[in-house]
Amino acid sequence: MNFWRLTAKRIGYGLLLLVAVLVLNFILMSLAPGDIADTIAGEMGGANETMLAEIRASYGLDQPFHIQLWRYLSKVAVLDLGFSYFYNTPVITLILEKLPATLLLVFSAQILAITIGIILGVIAAKKPNGFFSLVVTLLSLFGFAAPVFWTGILLIILFVSIFPIFPIGGLMDVTLDGSWWQHVLDVLYHLTLPMITLASIFIALYSRLARASMLEVLGADYIRTARAKGVPERSVLYRHALRNAMTPVVTVAGLQFSAVISGAVVVETVFSWPGLGSLALHAIVARDTPTIMGILFFSSLVVVVFNILTDVIVRLLDPRIKSG
Amino acid sequence: MKRKLSLIVTALAMAVTSHLGFASEPTAGGTMVMAIQNTPRHLNPAVQSGTATGVPGSQLFAAPLRYDEGWNPQPYLAESWSVSDDGLSVTLNLVKNATFHDGHPITSADIVFSIDTVKANHPFKTMFAPVETVDTPDEHTAILRLSQPHPALMLAMSSQLLPIIPKHVYGDGQDPKSHPQNSENVVGSGPFKLAEFKRDQHIILEKNENYFMEGLPYLDKLVMRIIKDPSARTIALESGEVMLSIFEETPRDLARMKKSDGLNVSSDGYSAIGSVVWLAFNTQNGKTADKQVRQAISYAIDRNFIINALMLGTAAEAKTGIHPGSPFYDETANGYDIDLDKANLILDDAGYARDSDGMRFGLTIDYGWAEIKQFAEYMKPQLKKIGIDVTVRASADFPSWAKRISNHDFDMTMDNVFNWGDPVIGVHRTYSSENIKKGVIWSNTQQYANARVDELMQLAGSTYDVEERQKYYAEFQQILADELPLYTLFAAPYHTVSNKKVGNPPKSIWGGSSPMDKMYLSE
Repeated sequence: MNFWRLTAKRIGYGLLLLVAVLVLNFILMSLAPGDIADTIAGEMGGANETMLAEIRASYGLDQPFHIQLWRYLSKVAVLDLGFSYFYNTPVITLILEKLPATLLLVFSAQILAITIGIILGVIAAKKPNGFFSLVVTLLSLFGFAAPVFWTGILLIILFVSIFPIFPIGGLMDVTLDGSWWQHVLDVLYHLTLPMITLASIFIALYSRLARASMLEVLGADYIRTARAKGVPERSVLYRHALRNAMTPVVTVAGLQFSAVISGAVVVETVFSWPGLGSLALHAIVARDTPTIMGILFFSSLVVVVFNILTDVIVRLLDPRIKSG
Repeated sequence: MKRKLSLIVTALAMAVTSHLGFASEPTAGGTMVMAIQNTPRHLNPAVQSGTATGVPGSQLFAAPLRYDEGWNPQPYLAESWSVSDDGLSVTLNLVKNATFHDGHPITSADIVFSIDTVKANHPFKTMFAPVETVDTPDEHTAILRLSQPHPALMLAMSSQLLPIIPKHVYGDGQDPKSHPQNSENVVGSGPFKLAEFKRDQHIILEKNENYFMEGLPYLDKLVMRIIKDPSARTIALESGEVMLSIFEETPRDLARMKKSDGLNVSSDGYSAIGSVVWLAFNTQNGKTADKQVRQAISYAIDRNFIINALMLGTAAEAKTGIHPGSPFYDETANGYDIDLDKANLILDDAGYARDSDGMRFGLTIDYGWAEIKQFAEYMKPQLKKIGIDVTVRASADFPSWAKRISNHDFDMTMDNVFNWGDPVIGVHRTYSSENIKKGVIWSNTQQYANARVDELMQLAGSTYDVEERQKYYAEFQQILADELPLYTLFAAPYHTVSNKKVGNPPKSIWGGSSPMDKMYLSE
């Protein structure tokens, strides 16, 4: 099977997966007790029955389930994600409004986690029984075991409350009046704590993985050969060993993308980060079905795309991998 | 008599604090960042009730009237008003120089349009139900013709309940509930104009240069940052990142902020919001249908413990469903101070014998959101003392809880309901036998029906005479204290927390939903 056929097959599976995600979640949402009319009544501090009936009728909630599902799917098929019940705004507008913030958070955390994870892993692998290796192991165990919201709150207490270095949350300082690069710096400044929080779990994962994978590769015959023929240790480590040790890390990083996105939901809530996560949380509580479905659609799309990309990158890293 | 005394004390206290507070002259200008807790659905309070929309809405839209700290109506868009002798027509004389944010003058036609819109779309139907027509003899006079005297009208014409919205914008034929200009390009009449509304981030308001109240607002810019987490708001207030937060109610955070040097923590205002936390009973089904069971349970609850230990002293005592800050609150009503012996005696006499484990029967208790969970949990060990085995039923979130309660599938539930100014607006709905409506949350979900109570509400709701109304509401509260469709724990402790640099934080009876045009930042 050649590269393109395989990729096409992957995309086909991806589309199937998207439909499955939509149907399954639509069923789940309809199983949840209460609906948007109850939420709106709650938000309003009360309502009467004609009003509730009106709300239900105007969103088609008085229709049988299969008709609702069919209507929704046929809309999505033509890329229409519908209107948010709660905000009365096209879902696509809501998502595009929030997507950049989430992508910024997810990508920066992922890049930070991969970079630091690999660096820590490699250093630890150099002396697998040394003190530093022990520290990395402990640190990663801690990072992996600590719930992400707890890490976030801990960082807030430390760096916002006790040592007021960073802002409490949000994406930017709206009162800031400056040039574009000052705004960029301001966003980065706001990004620091959420990014570190989200990266913490994955730093742990990647450093453990990089360490193990480096150790395995360093024991391989070709490394001994490289050393025997007098290649400098530096070059052995970073040119011969690291590239091969990267493959499992990249694979796992790609597969972890969905985990990073779900971690982002929690981090966004802790840091009032205005991304898809906080929107998703609110949409679920509000029973705002079109919005939650739209978000799930987009995040599954991102996960599918990144799984396909991971395949491609892994194959570039290791040409021996040909077919899945 | 006691109430009069407390009124005098309050008035004195207000005089002293206002003297201190106004010692420094208000300074105009500056940008102020404040915190709000939720993203509103949109910004038009005419078609969306609730404080999430009401807080920014009261800055964007002016109402005919506003209220001070002591339940007295003040001129706002109406410079004066009068009620006819028969009580059936109310005349509003509008200020002449008021304009909307787009420059159009505000006329009596906009008043008519706003009343019609609220009447058709707002959930609180009792606010304008008796208003039959509105006459407009000229551009600056509106006469409301009523089918019966309607004492709740003045409060219903204030703050977020009757925002004056422009007919030439919202009357363009689109459904006002989903009008695109509810969220962006909002054209209002209030002290601030909308500059930017970003969901989950902020609402930026800018000074309305053509505001009809001379010299106001003081602030050039008011930024409302949306911070959902109460601890995050506390830290932001302490660090000075935000200068003001309203509707604060988390006891632990309030206790902490009270100790902070740079912050003022005040529970003044909010009595018209009238938030009351209570334990509601299903009066039609199960063991709680028996009045004696409800009374015994009420005697078993230690209100002081709840206020002082669970609420850390931040809540005010309340014995009935009417907020204690309301002029109609009857403090002589039986509050059921804790008396376990009496509670046990009532149950013994009613024939609920204890079994071998010492239990008489089991009941469930619900709660709908995290803030009131601890009270539901408190009931379990407490009611065990009188032999009632309580099961706490958790709900995943608000809609799940609302579904259960509104379909009358419960024994007891914790709840938090707002008075919304006049009892006609927010209190009657809980007790009126006509308002037993399955599927509607915050209707009479207790399914309580009493002909005399219905009659008293009708009487109190159709006279302007405050003393007469007090008399009716006193009897109303006495009956309810005996029959107990619900047992009130306390009045929710809404607080305004402000940096000491903030002058005139909102303190009217509408609390954080008041216009903030007189608020300023001192150096």
